[in-house]
Amino acid sequence: MYEGAVQDLIDELGHLPGVGPKSAQRIAFHLLVADEDEVKRLVDALVQVKSRVRFCAVCGNVAEAETCRICSDDRRDASLICVVEEPKDVVAVERTREFRGRYHVLGGAISPMEGVGPDDLSIAQLFTRLADGSVTEVIIATDPNLEGEATATYLARALGTMGVRVSRLASGLPVGGDLEYADEITLGRAFEGRRLIHA
Amino acid sequence: MPLYRDAAIVLRTHKLGEADRIITLLARERGLVRAVAKGVRRTKSKFGARLEPGMVVDAQLYEGRNLDTVTQVEVLAPYGEAIARDYDAWTAASAMLETAERLVEARESSRAQFFLLAGGLAALAGREHDAGLVLDAFLLRSLSVAGWAPSFRDCVRCGEPGPHKAFNVSAGGAVCPSCRTPGSAAPALATLALLGALLEGDWSSAEASEAVHRREGRGLVAAFLQWHLERGVRSLRLVERS
Ligand SMILES: [Zn+2]
Ligand SMILES: [Zn+2]
Repeated sequence: MYEGAVQDLIDELGHLPGVGPKSAQRIAFHLLVADEDEVKRLVDALVQVKSRVRFCAVCGNVAEAETCRICSDDRRDASLICVVEEPKDVVAVERTREFRGRYHVLGGAISPMEGVGPDDLSIAQLFTRLADGSVTEVIIATDPNLEGEATATYLARALGTMGVRVSRLASGLPVGGDLEYADEITLGRAFEGRRLIHA
Repeated sequence: MPLYRDAAIVLRTHKLGEADRIITLLARERGLVRAVAKGVRRTKSKFGARLEPGMVVDAQLYEGRNLDTVTQVEVLAPYGEAIARDYDAWTAASAMLETAERLVEARESSRAQFFLLAGGLAALAGREHDAGLVLDAFLLRSLSVAGWAPSFRDCVRCGEPGPHKAFNVSAGGAVCPSCRTPGSAAPALATLALLGALLEGDWSSAEASEAVHRREGRGLVAAFLQWHLERGVRSLRLVERS
């Protein structure tokens, strides 16, 4: 244990995902000896992200305005929606440059044991987007693990009555991983080879 | 003996750090095991698909002070994969895995629970019976293995032969008119017959039951489970009532 402010910083850093006690300590001491300017830039970035960034009112992606950059881009194909779990998955799919449609961010996967059901995700919002008939295909790109697969199963069943094509990313993605770790080539191929669930 | 090998069912996984997971296992010989699986969230991991909920594996682990570490895994039965393709089976399986985690934590008779769970998952994966019935059969038998066998026919207090109309969750099942206490429920006799059939594995009677009795039975099983476990089983909330 360290004194007051240093320990407070270590504790706060330790709450961040992926930062264990040792890393928290290392970052804290790095900041302690860093230039004042470097620390100010970090603090500024943290404050900005909380004050400027919100979630897109249409798709749930991170946005700096009412809607995100992708939803406000007219060149994107509005007839195609790619459904992902988290905003970081949007980044992963964008890296492939294979997909020119828009997104829908669920906010996670259905996880009965964690108490996360369909009503806890933005599934109702997805249905609202499909209501006017302008979307012709929904591509389900939940994580290639069983929770993601079960979420896709639920969505495919629920979307079956909506008169829209539903497809799932090809199984070229090894099961068990996070979408964000898929390399561009594998993920790009998975898009090309997506399999149709409902025509 | 720091390195050991055991057959195990993956109950649950938690993200850990950048790309690792903590895996909770019901191991045949060791009971509940918590272990780190390194790098499994990277899509190139050789372990990834094998350490998903509902998979039955042959695992080699390194014993640690708090958490063990998975060093090798082979799949014995990929039930989880088949189950994830059927939403009703998935929610039922989640409730089974969660219950097993709770019961094995409380008691150490893990071999019986291991085989019971493996059998339940096999039934869900093979679409052998209605997923809701498989779940209720599993929950009743799992409670029995844990030492809380309910009675759906004879009076649980005095043994008076049934069937009886009153049912008391805290007493552990059917109660005769003289043992009946306030707060007893009065389910349909057909519901009690269904639960008895599920407990005994009489599938032809269970499959012939009506939806209304299945619903009522589900409620009684859930109440039973809630009574014996301190917290309710979260996954049950998502099991759709047929
Ligand atoms: Zn958007
Ligand atoms: Zn009695």
